[in-house]
Amino acid sequence: MEILVCVKRVPDTAENEFELNGAGNDLDRDDLVYSVNEWDNYAVEEAIQIVDKVGGNVTVITVGDGESEEVLRREMAMGANNGILLSDDAFEGSDGKGIATILKAEIEKGKYDLILTGAQADEGAGQVGGMLAAMLDLPYASLVNKIEVSDGKIKVGREIEGGNQEMNEISLPCVLSIQTGINEPRYVGIRGIRKVASVEIPVKSASDLGLAADSIGKAGAKTKRIDYFVPDLGAGAEMLEGSTDEIIAKLIEKLKAKGGL
Amino acid sequence: MTQIFAYIPFSNGVAEDIAMEFTTAAAKIDKGASLTAVLTGSGADLDKVANDMTGLYAEVIKISHGDLSYPNAEVVRKALVNVIPAGAIVLAPHNTFGMDLAPGLSVKMNASYAADIVDFAGIEGTVLNASRQELGGAVSTHVAVDIASGAVITIRPGSFAPVDGKTASGAVVDKSANAGDLSAKRKFLEIVQAEVGDVDITKADVLVSIGRGIEEQDNIEIAEELAKAMKTVVSCSRPIVDAKWLEKGRQVGTSGKTVKPKVYMAMGISGSFQHLGGLKGNPFIVAVNKNPKAPIFQVADVGIVANIIEFMPELTSAINDL
Repeated sequence: MEILVCVKRVPDTAENEFELNGAGNDLDRDDLVYSVNEWDNYAVEEAIQIVDKVGGNVTVITVGDGESEEVLRREMAMGANNGILLSDDAFEGSDGKGIATILKAEIEKGKYDLILTGAQADEGAGQVGGMLAAMLDLPYASLVNKIEVSDGKIKVGREIEGGNQEMNEISLPCVLSIQTGINEPRYVGIRGIRKVASVEIPVKSASDLGLAADSIGKAGAKTKRIDYFVPDLGAGAEMLEGSTDEIIAKLIEKLKAKGGL
Repeated sequence: MTQIFAYIPFSNGVAEDIAMEFTTAAAKIDKGASLTAVLTGSGADLDKVANDMTGLYAEVIKISHGDLSYPNAEVVRKALVNVIPAGAIVLAPHNTFGMDLAPGLSVKMNASYAADIVDFAGIEGTVLNASRQELGGAVSTHVAVDIASGAVITIRPGSFAPVDGKTASGAVVDKSANAGDLSAKRKFLEIVQAEVGDVDITKADVLVSIGRGIEEQDNIEIAEELAKAMKTVVSCSRPIVDAKWLEKGRQVGTSGKTVKPKVYMAMGISGSFQHLGGLKGNPFIVAVNKNPKAPIFQVADVGIVANIIEFMPELTSAINDL
């Protein structure tokens, strides 16, 4: 089975405290720690496990700048066979549809049985997989937390409300967005990354993909982020301060009053 | 005039709460817009909910077909593309169904897409101004959505004030004949119910709930000791279940259990909206987090900036000394 996994380099929410810049209209991007989108690691792990069972290849692909190459190498160190970097100044400012349009152009040059994305990434929209499927006229399932492969079709479980699971049969080729928890992504050590450090990763531009400038990037974007802001959410929590003993004494009084103790 | 169509999800003959929130959202988009509810399904449940919606929506469209009896997103999408006019604004919930349906629907309707919107600031020309969050709720952004050729928009459940009571006297229009070909490459099989774990967190009056801040599996013991001192059990947020440190039955959130404690101890939990969606009944929330900017502090009653690994044992021993 030929599997393509779409991945993204994102600011790491576990490693950063996000602050706005001086002008208050963008993130303070100095010293941000980036990593591969958490959901994408589960998608790559799932692809590797499927190929281990039924044979085939896993290709990882991303749309991004030169620095995105590091996330492709990380996923290749996990066990993906190939990487493809789609990179061009013209891609900057793309909205979800723009990204899906860029990916579609490359996907149509290959032949994939299964296309995986993470269920969502840093922007939290969860949009590219569903758009890509619709553009390619392929069936789609989102929030997938179980995949059983058999001949020509697969069974997928979707995570739905209340921890229940919706089981579907879906024909191949198809696009699936992968939810965290579907597997346990393998650990990647420095040694693993070194092993793939010299593997060539092809870089493709807008003209390589035959993309019209007005369908992608800022020019093609119909949904645009204007700025970042701090919402006015009211007072928020009463913050307890002082020494640990003082804090705990105050907290215990409150817990007693509210029925916690 | 702006035309807005709201897709109403329902189960067992009852519309989901978001049906009452779409009307507020639509008014914030454009007070003068026409607002139509759209329901897909079959049988008596569909008819009942469609009828219920006439009290909230001036027009209610129902699309009835056996293939729509379970909301398979691919089938629903086909029906909606054939019934909703091009150029309209379509609202859907940002939940597990809306995320399945809406991105593809926007492609097939050749419309813009905006996901997980929490507020609208009206239309200027052909641009709809809206707000949403990024990075797990750590930051908020303003977005501009070009609605010249329509838009599909998912809204975050619970973000718009519900409108209750009878505010309209609409009529149901049956558009089943317009649904067109509903054949699909994805087939719904069954719902597998969540496993019942050894601990029922939904019955607890107090919960000690842990998130990523617990750092390691071995540290869960520290939370269990606090829970024991407080005569209750440990629940958790999603990352703890993903890591397989606790079973799924312990997870609080929209994809886990809905709990209604009196006191909720959020220990090292950042406070994503999916997590908070599982917390009902307005509990007294105590948040302890080493990140002073954690979104949980916006919703908690009491906040403490501390490392839970160090703080919880101190609290446990103080409670045990009472």
